[in-house]
Amino acid sequence: MIAQHLPILQVIVPLMAAPVCLILKRGDLCWAWATLVTWCSLVISVILLLGVLDGGTISYEIGDWAAPWGIEYRVDLLSAFVLTIVSAIGSVTAPYMARSVAKEVPEERHYLFYLMYLLCFAGLLGIAITGDAFNLFVFLEISSLSSYVLISLGKDRRALTASLRYLIMGTLGATFYIIGVGMMYMMTGTLNLADLAILIPEVADTRTILAALAFLTVGLCLKLALFPLHLWLPNAYTYAPSTVTVFLASTATKVAIYALIRVYFTVFGQVEIVDTAAIELIWTVLAVVGMFVGSIIAIYQSNIKRMLAYSSVAQVGYIILGLSFVSTTGVAAGIVHVFNHALMKGALFMAMGCIFYSIGSSQLKDMAGLGKKMPFTMAAFIGGGLSLIGVPLTVGFVSKWYLIQAALDEGMWFIAVLILASSLLAVIYIWRVVEVAYFSPSAPGTDAAVCEAPLSMLVPMWILVAGSVYFGVDATTTMDIALDAADFLLGGQP
Amino acid sequence: MMILVAIGLPLVAVIPILLADDFPNLREGISLATGLIVLTLIVQIYGAVSAGEMPTVDVIEMLPGLSITFAIDPLGMLFAGIASFLWIVTTIYAIGYMRGHHEENQTRFYACFAIAIGSAIGVAFAGNMLTLFVFYEILTISTFPLVTHHGTEKAKKAGRTYLGILLGTSIGLQLFAILWTWVATGTLDFREGGILEGNIQGPMVGILLALYVYGIGKAALMPFHRWLPAAMVAPTPVSALLHAVAVVKAGVFTVVKVVVYIFGVDFLADQSSSDWLLYMAGFTVVVASVIAMRQDNLKRRLAYSTISQLSYVIIAAAILSPISIVGAAMHIAAHAFGKITLFFAAGSILVASHKTNVSQLDGIGRRMPWTMVAFAIGALSMIGLPPTAGFISKWYILQGALDRDLMFAVAVIIGSTLLNAAYFLPIVYAAFFRAEASLSHSTHPATGSHDDAGHHHAVDHGEAPVAIVIALCITAGMTIALFFFPDVPLGLAQDLMGGWK
Repeated sequence: MIAQHLPILQVIVPLMAAPVCLILKRGDLCWAWATLVTWCSLVISVILLLGVLDGGTISYEIGDWAAPWGIEYRVDLLSAFVLTIVSAIGSVTAPYMARSVAKEVPEERHYLFYLMYLLCFAGLLGIAITGDAFNLFVFLEISSLSSYVLISLGKDRRALTASLRYLIMGTLGATFYIIGVGMMYMMTGTLNLADLAILIPEVADTRTILAALAFLTVGLCLKLALFPLHLWLPNAYTYAPSTVTVFLASTATKVAIYALIRVYFTVFGQVEIVDTAAIELIWTVLAVVGMFVGSIIAIYQSNIKRMLAYSSVAQVGYIILGLSFVSTTGVAAGIVHVFNHALMKGALFMAMGCIFYSIGSSQLKDMAGLGKKMPFTMAAFIGGGLSLIGVPLTVGFVSKWYLIQAALDEGMWFIAVLILASSLLAVIYIWRVVEVAYFSPSAPGTDAAVCEAPLSMLVPMWILVAGSVYFGVDATTTMDIALDAADFLLGGQP
Repeated sequence: MMILVAIGLPLVAVIPILLADDFPNLREGISLATGLIVLTLIVQIYGAVSAGEMPTVDVIEMLPGLSITFAIDPLGMLFAGIASFLWIVTTIYAIGYMRGHHEENQTRFYACFAIAIGSAIGVAFAGNMLTLFVFYEILTISTFPLVTHHGTEKAKKAGRTYLGILLGTSIGLQLFAILWTWVATGTLDFREGGILEGNIQGPMVGILLALYVYGIGKAALMPFHRWLPAAMVAPTPVSALLHAVAVVKAGVFTVVKVVVYIFGVDFLADQSSSDWLLYMAGFTVVVASVIAMRQDNLKRRLAYSTISQLSYVIIAAAILSPISIVGAAMHIAAHAFGKITLFFAAGSILVASHKTNVSQLDGIGRRMPWTMVAFAIGALSMIGLPPTAGFISKWYILQGALDRDLMFAVAVIIGSTLLNAAYFLPIVYAAFFRAEASLSHSTHPATGSHDDAGHHHAVDHGEAPVAIVIALCITAGMTIALFFFPDVPLGLAQDLMGGWK
């Protein structure tokens, strides 16, 4: 009975749970509630993932209104994978939140924080599960609006301007998206993604559909921060409370990428225009430029949170590059990097959260000598950093391996060389931190009493680091899922 | 099983080493005990290998279709044996050195050392190129803290060079070459006769070979050699074991592996596009020797000598005749024992007298007879004179060059022998036959390394601590013993050749 309704429960549980925080009011109760809800969501996602692996795509009609008229929730391998990523990251982040939020957010706003977190969480899950283009917009807005609030809760007053900037860019993106959806609706009369996939080819040659695709692309690329539409991201990540950065960096942009994959490989999966060289070339060029610009700017940052934010811009480039090959290996590399990057960036931002918790700063110069004072945090930072560089036995290596293999398969030697070159840039910006933390004596006058972050923050961080090693040593599970999902997408099935 | 323990034990030993932070004796005891167990295991594995077996273990499937696999071939056996034996000797030496020289962060030192050895053995036993690459990278990263051990500005700068070149070449070139191989052939296994034949041809062979050889930055083929002199800021035991044996030998070992098992000797011999390797290696041998002559800092001179000696191995591999491959394997062994002796001696001089430069060594042979005799033996082996191990390997390499009528190789080997003599023999001569300068300050140049700083110059010094002397006598003894009893390494080297003959 319940098992049958899991797809809707996946979204509705956190969505309905959010307002409860208003009643609970007390910060610690809200935290416990949010954690519990997140963990329940993880259980649901895992069951759904196993179900999809076992029996194929799950379709759920809301209120028993048959699709294309009613809203359909559709869980295929890719959405189940993304659902699991989002809820797993949420579940690991939730215990981490308690101490970090207590330190960084004023106490009277704690319940608001958890309320917004749950809303954002529900929105992200909704995007990944829905099979309806308009419904996707609704969840996109839910997650975006709540994340604007979350970012503005940062202690630094610059968080407000960062949030405002994200609000403007994000709203632009969402508006573009809905314009695109409207145009498609105009031409086909349907909002169901699977239905669109069938109807679009007939009208694909019209200028309206072309314009729709352009609007959808730009709108989603704003949300996923593809260079050069990334401008909202660095400040938002830098000034948001640490846990918000952890959560958004590992999930929000990833879900937007998921939406882009849906548009390109499901809705427009049967259409020639996507395969024409011009669009692929635009993707490839933007992705590669993003990889380099992001990494190079990262090298020059003195604020390490901002450095990691720019590195995220570069990493989005890797994912898009993988997709732009439109081959099984390439798309699989992109999909698996969604997961892999969530793991390593989550770990790295958690490490920064721990550092901020202990020394109250995320400036590089204040990190001198931290290797001795916060050995576990810095070790985790190195673990995440090595993964970012793509050292073997970490998840970063797996992504890079498949990305380069995809480039070589297509005969694009030049791109393969560029991927390797850009990963060397990661060596530079990670090692700057390592040098300062381990081989610089701590500046005189700094607080000698700096000690390790609390266990409730260390454990989640190390879970992510351990995950990024585990899935780097044995990548067969994740790669099999990613390869199957890529095959499924490229098979053109809706 | 034994293979996994041999690789895993040093890695696991890191934990008790870190826990024993406050108990130096226990910490070093653990290091020694681990070394002994690993050596015992490797001797047992040798028993199996010499009986003609090829033990293989699949550990885990890392990527679909690609596993972490260990397979022991004669060459890997030889390298692992050398590394594990010399680890024990170096630990004895390090106890004397690190205490005698009052180094800090000793726990980090021993921990990273253990990881480095574990990964060197991993490189030696790797059953495919992916496994080898994994351990190659661990080796790079675990040795970085050893290079920057002192934490000074100079050490950090050296660390940047070290990591930049080694990671840059391995990720930028080697990984590319590996992926190219994988895409072209669909396998990365080490197979007798190579895997590339029939899959790529023409100038592509030369390009791929270049990606591999330059990608293996640890082999220090010019122009990617600068990390090695930079790494000399590390404490001497690090320079001795890692930058004369484990790390650099992992480099040339990988080159030989790639030539023999990825390309295949016969395949490469047919490809004219791979000829450049011999000339580049020859160039490196000669140029590095010339640079070595001009170095006054003893450790830097040894470093450039290492660069030149590593390229001997590459020349031997590039000659592409079975007998020269035997020479390559032998030279890995011979140079290991000889060069570690020289580094031990350099460290011994530093601990006892705080001298770092060649020009300060007049008459030191009378104060430190053991050290300087060992140094002389090491130097003879570098030059390739009997009765030292260096003679045997050079003999085989020359024979291979003559077999294939490569007069360039012959000329390089003979010419560099003279150069080696020119930069080693004056040190030995000065140490034993020149009079000691009466006032140490008058001869002491202002450009002393950081090691001088803060130390009182011991004008009236004797021999170094006993642990150091024991260690360097063992390695010097081995250098001579290998000349008279070369059976074990030579047998392994010939098995390597016999495998694909």
